[in-house]
Amino acid sequence: MKDHSAFHPQLDKRRRYGTLIAGLLFAATMLGLLVLATLIVDVVTTGSGWLSEQFLTGYPTARPETSGIWPAIVGSLYLMLIVAATTVPLGVGTALYLEEYADEGGLKRIIQLNITNLAGVPSVVYGILGLGVFVYLFDMGSSLLAAGLTLSLLVLPIVVISAQEALRSIPQGVRESAFALGATRSQVIWHHLIPMALPGIMTGVILSLSRAVGETAPLVLVGASLAINFTPAHLLDDFTALPMLVFQWTEEPGASFQELAAAAIIVLMAFLLLMNLSAILLRNHFEDQLAG
Amino acid sequence: MASADSSNVGSSTQANTAPSTNSTADAQQADATPTAAGRAGDAASEGEAETKIAVSNLNFWYGDDTHALQDITMDVKANRVTALIGPSGCGKSTLIRCFNRMNELIPNTTLEGRVHVNGQNIYQADPVAVRRHIGMVFQKPNPFPKTIYKNVIWGARINGYTGDEDALVERCLRQAALWDEVKDSLHGSAYNLSGGQQQRLCIARALAVEPDILLMDEPTSALDPVATGKFEDTISELRSEYTIVVVTHSMQQASRVSDETVFLYMGRLIEMGATEQVFTRPQKERTEAYVTGRFG
Ligand SMILES: Nc1ncnc2c1ncn2[C@@H]1O[C@H](COP(=O)(O)OP(=O)(O)OP(=O)(O)O)[C@@H](O)[C@H]1O
Ligand SMILES: [Mg+2]
Repeated sequence: MKDHSAFHPQLDKRRRYGTLIAGLLFAATMLGLLVLATLIVDVVTTGSGWLSEQFLTGYPTARPETSGIWPAIVGSLYLMLIVAATTVPLGVGTALYLEEYADEGGLKRIIQLNITNLAGVPSVVYGILGLGVFVYLFDMGSSLLAAGLTLSLLVLPIVVISAQEALRSIPQGVRESAFALGATRSQVIWHHLIPMALPGIMTGVILSLSRAVGETAPLVLVGASLAINFTPAHLLDDFTALPMLVFQWTEEPGASFQELAAAAIIVLMAFLLLMNLSAILLRNHFEDQLAG
Repeated sequence: MASADSSNVGSSTQANTAPSTNSTADAQQADATPTAAGRAGDAASEGEAETKIAVSNLNFWYGDDTHALQDITMDVKANRVTALIGPSGCGKSTLIRCFNRMNELIPNTTLEGRVHVNGQNIYQADPVAVRRHIGMVFQKPNPFPKTIYKNVIWGARINGYTGDEDALVERCLRQAALWDEVKDSLHGSAYNLSGGQQQRLCIARALAVEPDILLMDEPTSALDPVATGKFEDTISELRSEYTIVVVTHSMQQASRVSDETVFLYMGRLIEMGATEQVFTRPQKERTEAYVTGRFG
């Protein structure tokens, strides 16, 4: 038998401590969930009565009973398309350059530092930038394009950083064994790195789209309309978006408009849910493809 | 010999392709003397095996401080198995990775000296063309996250292979002694294979581009004795067609599979010669201490 007299296991005390920590962590999780659940329940009970075909397909008017959000749905969809179309190539391209091409050194560190900082700049600032550059300098007016590009700038750092993370998590052995077979850098990138990084890149893109579709401040600054009576069809058309209507309606006096705002929030949340769902599905699809 | 074989490394573009990394500047500059090619020719005329890889005055640094290879000069003979042995950290991996320009993927490294393959300085050629003729198997099995079939065929495809793909896959898997185990799951994920099977898949993958030289860095360190035995049989069968350089920690393995042995210690080449001689009649005390297991 070994002499264990120098050890004082205090197993009961350690177990009690463990249980206590587990309980605290559970409580912390529940607190967050509870707040979120309250918010959702509140919004749904307030707004669900207003969800109707007329609400979804109609145009915003001065009277709550006849108001609809169709142009805002179309506007938000367009904005997401513009954001996706610009940030995916720009963001993934930047990440590929930084991770796979750029020499380690001063320049790369400076770029990296800036990207990280840009991710933390408040969205209002991007709104001001969009107003100055896109609306006035490039003379796009308060159009879909101007707002879409502004939102793109806002979320570009997120796409870059998540794509970089995805590329970094690929084992170096994959690159080395591909190069060892006589592959060029672009073959390594297209055949191996992009497919392997795709789930991570997708997650970043969906996250940024969710962020973009909920942003209000930049839209207010570039001058998105509050209520329009037509559906935007061209990139340079005036537009409105879901957060704009929520913003406007919560400002209005009277309970009906508050309820209308809640209904618009429900639609916005459905949007986000749908996007996250498609992110998960796409992700699983690509992971299966990788394995198979 | 040099001219006859030069097509094995690089294509016609090699001559005017500038070296792509900072680390090759010295190699280029030092290339004026055709020592290695000349030596290769001499060896052949003396009736010995011809020289496949000729290394002269090779120095290698990681960053500014780690002088990982110090003045290495050695030859690797064609159609022989050459074992690199030495204690951990002595520079075996670094050296073998200089033979196919793998080290230049690591930032902040510097290489000086020359590595000639078939009489041609690989650090003046196009690295893509160089690597295409030099297969490599790494210490850790690292198959691509694709099917077994795609793992084998990928290298051939990117190099423009137009022959019968099924036949090539089967031949390479047979050469790597893996065919019987995977022939029914060719389109299953390579990740579902055991470590030893993955390692043999990596050999098959390297063979599929029909290289001239096979570099293996501790290929059996993740394998059990049975798989190791199979692997060594595979090496023995491949030696007639390929020039093989294998890094190993196992003295038994070195003596079983290799014809030539190179002993490295702290970044220096201490001794090289026929395996039988290095193991039974080492010239240097340090070599003797290492091969008899007294240190390392
Ligand atoms: N990527 C790297 N960056 C910096 N130093 C490195 C790097 N790789 C290796 N080294 C150093 O270079 C020296 C030689 O390393 P190397 O990997 O060639 O040794 P080895 O003989 O293969 O060892 P082992 O038998 O453990 O694999 C060691 O001192 C090591 O610390
Ligand atoms: Mg090693």
